[in-house]
Amino acid sequence: MIGALGASIFGGNMWSDATLTPKLGLDLEGGTQIILTPVTETPGDIPEATINEAIGIIRQRVDASGVAEAQISSQGGNKIVVALPGRPSEETLDLVRRPAQMEFRAVLAVGAPTPVVLPGEEGTTSEGAGEEITGIGEETGTEGPTEGAGLEEQPPAQPGEPSSPSDAAYYITPQVQQEFDELDCTDEKNLTGGLTGPTDTAFVTCNLSGTEKYILGPVEVKGSDISTASSGLETLASGQVGSRWVVSLQFNNAGTTSFATISERLFGMPDPQNRFGIVLDGLVVSAPSMNAVISDGRAEISGSFTRESAATLAQQLNFGSLPITFTVESEQRISATLGSEQLARGLLAGLIGLVLVVIYSLAQYRVLGLLSVASLTVAGLLTYGIITLLSWTQGYRLSLAGVAGLIVAIGITADSFIVYFERIRDELRDGRVLAVAVDHGWKRARRTILASDAINFSAAIVLYTLAVGNVQGFAFTLGLTTLIDLVMVFLFTHPMMKILARRRFFAEGHPWSGLDPRRLGVETTRYVGRGRVRRLGSGGAQDAPEATVPDEAGGSEPSDASRPSSGSRPVSTGAAPGAASMTIAERRAAARKAAQDEPTDDEGEVR
Amino acid sequence: MARGFAGWGNDLYTGRRSYQIVARRRLWYTIALVLVVLSLGLIVKPGLNPGIEFRGGSELVVSDVADPSQDLAIRTVQSVAPEESPRVTNLGTSALRIQTSELTNDQVAEVVLRLAEAFEVPEEQISTSFIGPTWGADVSRQALIGVGVFLLLVTLVMVVYFRNWRMAVAGLIALFHDAIVTVGVYAAVGWEVTPATVIGFLTILAYSVYDGVVVFDKVRENTADTLLQARYTYAEKANLAVNQTLVRSINTSVIALLPVASILVIGAFLLNAGTLRDIALALFVGMFVGTLSSIFLAPPLEVTLREMQADIKAHTRKILAGRTQTDEEGQTTVAEVAVGQLMPGSHQGHSAQPRRKKR
Repeated sequence: MIGALGASIFGGNMWSDATLTPKLGLDLEGGTQIILTPVTETPGDIPEATINEAIGIIRQRVDASGVAEAQISSQGGNKIVVALPGRPSEETLDLVRRPAQMEFRAVLAVGAPTPVVLPGEEGTTSEGAGEEITGIGEETGTEGPTEGAGLEEQPPAQPGEPSSPSDAAYYITPQVQQEFDELDCTDEKNLTGGLTGPTDTAFVTCNLSGTEKYILGPVEVKGSDISTASSGLETLASGQVGSRWVVSLQFNNAGTTSFATISERLFGMPDPQNRFGIVLDGLVVSAPSMNAVISDGRAEISGSFTRESAATLAQQLNFGSLPITFTVESEQRISATLGSEQLARGLLAGLIGLVLVVIYSLAQYRVLGLLSVASLTVAGLLTYGIITLLSWTQGYRLSLAGVAGLIVAIGITADSFIVYFERIRDELRDGRVLAVAVDHGWKRARRTILASDAINFSAAIVLYTLAVGNVQGFAFTLGLTTLIDLVMVFLFTHPMMKILARRRFFAEGHPWSGLDPRRLGVETTRYVGRGRVRRLGSGGAQDAPEATVPDEAGGSEPSDASRPSSGSRPVSTGAAPGAASMTIAERRAAARKAAQDEPTDDEGEVR
Repeated sequence: MARGFAGWGNDLYTGRRSYQIVARRRLWYTIALVLVVLSLGLIVKPGLNPGIEFRGGSELVVSDVADPSQDLAIRTVQSVAPEESPRVTNLGTSALRIQTSELTNDQVAEVVLRLAEAFEVPEEQISTSFIGPTWGADVSRQALIGVGVFLLLVTLVMVVYFRNWRMAVAGLIALFHDAIVTVGVYAAVGWEVTPATVIGFLTILAYSVYDGVVVFDKVRENTADTLLQARYTYAEKANLAVNQTLVRSINTSVIALLPVASILVIGAFLLNAGTLRDIALALFVGMFVGTLSSIFLAPPLEVTLREMQADIKAHTRKILAGRTQTDEEGQTTVAEVAVGQLMPGSHQGHSAQPRRKKR
């Protein structure tokens, strides 16, 4: 298993971008972390989809700005954590903090994404969007042009006054035209978004995928005027469900009025100018053409949607309906030197802790302690491998709290071995031979180990979900090591113990094995029934238990009253191991002898 | 020494040596009560010292300075924000932590610039963090929710695992004792409470439950046949169980405490603050107190609750009466009974033999 893990990491290192060490969190590596709370104008809970959309927007901004390895995630359901490595510039930080808004602007001109050298090339046909908008239930293009179309026929008004928001001649100033010409949407940097431009002038931008660029008119409908948006299969005029994916959206009262005005104006205009751009966070997410006059505020966008792209657009529209600003909750900039110092100290602490644990378990369990050291080593390798693998495949990062969790886990892992070893010792004390003691002890220790790991693991899960601040890493490593501990005890320590129990060194209870029955207080000779006794081991260095007969002369139980002659009978129940190997007659003889002279240890002579 | 320890373990297991833990329960209750009252007092009077994560504000850490002078840091900060009274702490030997109330982004940039100049370090070596006021409130609320949910869960686990309300109640009382004493020690030490402290604190709750589970498992195993035998009382059997798990408890806690102690020492003396130290102190105190309470508090409490039960009460009275003997002079003597594990194959004395009906 470890081999496989090591091989995959090594393989990943050779042929992919995996590293042989886990990636470090911000607090160890240095970097900037910003925690944001999205705030809407309307009070109330922010739906999770909105948070996810907001995260997507920030990710788009950060990725496009060229910051590598930024991490953006949600925390606790309503916070957004942005982690940027190194020391990002103030512009990058501003990018993250900027609010995200949605707005609808009429399209004035469309172009290919690359910069135009010669002016006048705008309006080249774009195959990009190909989306169109209709009223719900209306069939595309069946309605004739309405009177509203006449609006744009009006002669241009006096200079300084745009005839309509679609007045290209007014809005496309040479400056705007130049900006448009120079814009290169194939360059990632221009897809950063975030800047929405003034609401009452033309706005030059790209679409989200960088395949088209636009000159857009002033803002006509705000995102907050959308009440809902949803995606689904289209409904045909006959009432049946069609096979194309569409996005339906519903405006509120104000939105209905202004959208009706736009649709009247745009419907029937020549190609680029009959489209309107849905701008989210400064980038066009969709620019459908107006194929009908929509006066009831219920619009349907159709086109080359797949299920996913329709759902995405609906989600973006819903997001736009809740204009979000971000409040900076916390901002931390950690210098790389501080982080590496903390890491070095943390590792030092871990090393000291590990050495202490190893010394203690060797002192307590002698050679058996080596088994727990071996198990700890294997568990350590396994943990290291898994964390490295996770940081490669899942982008996991080890934080200082995570390191603390790993160190604390040393004790928790070693504890399983102690439970197991102590149980085996208890069984040996009960007089079982090692092989049987291991089996019995395992059955009982297993229950305790499972209970302990279950408690630790569920605690880790709860901690992980409830964790505040940057300490989630602690719960994560604690949970991970608990699982590893379970695997280790079941698949390594117990099988190893079974193998070891068959070795003569352990089975015969060598004094250094840590499982010496004599050291554990088991008498070397014991009665095994039918008049036979069993002797354990070679009996070389016997501990003569101090429980000699005279000690017990004092106690007497009520039933003894009838037989005063046996006043010195032992009444100690089960607490006199030495006495067990003697017959009653011998014990009486010993008592008599003890009454006469010094007590002697005649145990060794008993056969 | 190890030999002596193992020998001691044997004696405890067989009952040759036994500590009267259950019998002296009044003493433990008194100590526990005093500790709890003392801790509550400490929580009220000096109180907990909330960290910047809970208070909100700005924090700057200048690392790798040649001469970490607190005065210089304070003067530098006040040259930018005159009304500030920053808290400055030395971190280790070469770093300084400066905490202020909330500064604006521009102020922070200015302070960083001046600090870099004053301490002659590159700007990259200054860490800054800013915690907004709502974040602090949020973190506090989240921490309280965490503690609440955790206590609820732990109670549930205890009740489900033991299927016995007495053990669950005894375990919970011990748990609250651990929690209160840990918080009290934290208040006494006066270190800042950070999210790291909170997570360490929650972890010890889990640890305390686990400790209790192990001891109670043995108590349950030993006392299962209490009413079916006439040799020992419930309390004696429970006491034997506690004695038998003593070695394991000590080994477990020493092994668990060693790494925690090493983090604590490193965190407290080399780093002087931060995640490691905060987690480690809560864990260290909690684990230590948790081990003690799982030996001295939880099992005696359980015995106290048990002895209120009618059948156990009657059983105890019968056995104690059986041991008391009044001789001709009217003097009563109580037979000493050594409580120990019954060893298969060893002689239990004549009283254990079947008795003739007629003499």
